Amino acid sequence: MLAFVIRRIMQSAAVMLAVALIAFLMFRFVGDPVNQMVGVDTPQDEVARLRESLGLNDPTIVQFGRFIWNALHFNFGVSYQFRQPVTQLLAERAPATLELAFTAAAFALFVGLIMGVYCALRRDSWLAQIFQAISLIGVSLPTFLIGILLIYLFAVVLGWLPSNGRGQVVKFGDWWTTGFLTTSGLRALILPAITLGLFQMTLIMRLVRAEMLEVMRTDYIKFAKARGLRTRSIHFGHALKNTLIPVITIAGLQLGSIIAFAIITETVFNWPGMGLLFLKAVQNVDIPIMAAYLMLIGFLFVLINLLVDLTYGLVDPRLRIAMRS
Amino acid sequence: MTEPVISVRDLRVEFVTRKGILRAIDGVSFDIMPGEVLGVVGESGAGKSVTGSAIIGLIEPPGRIAGGEIRLHGQRIDNLDPESLRRIRGRKIAMIFQDPLTSLNPLYRVGEQLVETILTHTDLGPAAARARAIELLNEVGIPAPERRIDGYPHEFSGGMRQRVVIALALCAEPDFIVADEPTTALDVSVQAQIIALIRKLCRERGTAVMLVTHDMGVIAETADRVAVMYAGRVAEIGPVRDVVKHPLHPYAKGLMGAIPTLEAEADRLVQIPGSMPRLSNIPQGCAFNPRCDRVFDRCRVERPDPDIPRFGLEGEAPLMPGHRVACHLYTRNPVENAS
Repeated sequence: MLAFVIRRIMQSAAVMLAVALIAFLMFRFVGDPVNQMVGVDTPQDEVARLRESLGLNDPTIVQFGRFIWNALHFNFGVSYQFRQPVTQLLAERAPATLELAFTAAAFALFVGLIMGVYCALRRDSWLAQIFQAISLIGVSLPTFLIGILLIYLFAVVLGWLPSNGRGQVVKFGDWWTTGFLTTSGLRALILPAITLGLFQMTLIMRLVRAEMLEVMRTDYIKFAKARGLRTRSIHFGHALKNTLIPVITIAGLQLGSIIAFAIITETVFNWPGMGLLFLKAVQNVDIPIMAAYLMLIGFLFVLINLLVDLTYGLVDPRLRIAMRS
Repeated sequence: MTEPVISVRDLRVEFVTRKGILRAIDGVSFDIMPGEVLGVVGESGAGKSVTGSAIIGLIEPPGRIAGGEIRLHGQRIDNLDPESLRRIRGRKIAMIFQDPLTSLNPLYRVGEQLVETILTHTDLGPAAARARAIELLNEVGIPAPERRIDGYPHEFSGGMRQRVVIALALCAEPDFIVADEPTTALDVSVQAQIIALIRKLCRERGTAVMLVTHDMGVIAETADRVAVMYAGRVAEIGPVRDVVKHPLHPYAKGLMGAIPTLEAEADRLVQIPGSMPRLSNIPQGCAFNPRCDRVFDRCRVERPDPDIPRFGLEGEAPLMPGHRVACHLYTRNPVENAS
């Protein structure tokens, strides 16, 4: 088990190195950072001094090494637009994105799981048919359209929920701000969380339904029925547990995409998170923010992958053996 | 005379499909006595497994029991509601499946599956149920059951898993077990052990068994009586020695002739020409008539029912009591036979 964990961590480190290389290459190929920092009337020797002080004249490999070293210390340089350390900018906005992403993921997982199990067990009922139809809409409609439709319906026509922003936030600890503790914060969270989670929810629902139908056809479910076990135990013990293995993978990996693709939802709802920051950075060619964001998303994906792999062992005893060897 | 454990009368099972209704089981009748093993043989698709599933009440839609009766100790069970049927399953009637590798839930310890089944059907508490589970594992011949009970199914070999499956079937001491090809997925030496185990448990407990298989060797070794099924109907049923040694129905003759023996110096085994008809295309009259070498006009019109043969054929053994055959050859005038 330990060897498995160590091996997986080493693989993760290799992936992160590759991501770092791509992030680093952005500095070299997407415009000249010095041009972004200096004005048109800056004297040439000043530009040269700046170039020297930023270490841009060093060999590429040395610069890459320095980039890695700084990244390990959470130092991604200073934003060209804001003249502030990138790490600080991201840290300020991370709580907004993470709270949104986790709410959306929890919504997607719980509602998707319940709807999926219902659709599998009562596949011919009219409610299951309706769920199936909704899931088709969720899969096919683009996120920004869902967001705009929800805003139109619940914010403009009905006026029940706010259409943008994070509502009132409460400072929690040193740098974390949370919207969970105020009514306006919670109300502001509802629409963006549904928008962001709807696609994942329908995905999970369809996956759970398909997997569960598959599991219900297996011999061990037939044998469980032949032994006269209670229906509840067969459905929610024997069948559901076997259904969950692939669902864990997808749900886990989707958490990464939820955080990464929060960009669109954050734009639609003007949500003050990292996605919005990243979009502004792209518009202004603010490479340090883009590089740091890329590293952060890469890291989250690798971390989630690792956690998903380790969770398998907890659920499926057969994989514990595979991990040991 | 003792009462049969299971009594099946004129059972019909149908599958509703887009192309129409397929009749998988058509007018099957038999009784099984306490402690008796009834072997059911036939080609794939003859309706052996469906009959077993119908008795235990596990015909899944689009299949349905369309007619006939199934009685357990004289009580009808084919028309029970799902909950009452569930209470009978596992407690009164158990089932053993073909593939022990897939019959056990891979995510639960063997002990958990045994204990859950015991707790469902008996009044035992968790600790007593665990003790009972160990006892059962010991009974089906699993070495060191106190230790193996906490193992996962994948830690057992195929033969050991089938023993676990049998232990699971025995949890509530059922009166009747449907064993659906219990040895097909196992290698030969293990097959013999499992057959001996089923035979032993059946003798000791007086459990009746319906043994579905297409292995005549297994039937000859285990069964007391045997039913030969063809296209969803019983072609012949009787004591195992009679049916195996002196089959009457032309299909049964073909089937027995296809078994290689060491004594007979045959160059070629008997082969039945053609193949079993599809369920959508069962011929009128006797289902076997297109393949039968003794077919005559009546076979193409009138369907024969399993009955006590009235006449023997020339040069054949005298008819045994309890031997029934669904063939017109044995119900009409012997003079006609000669023609």
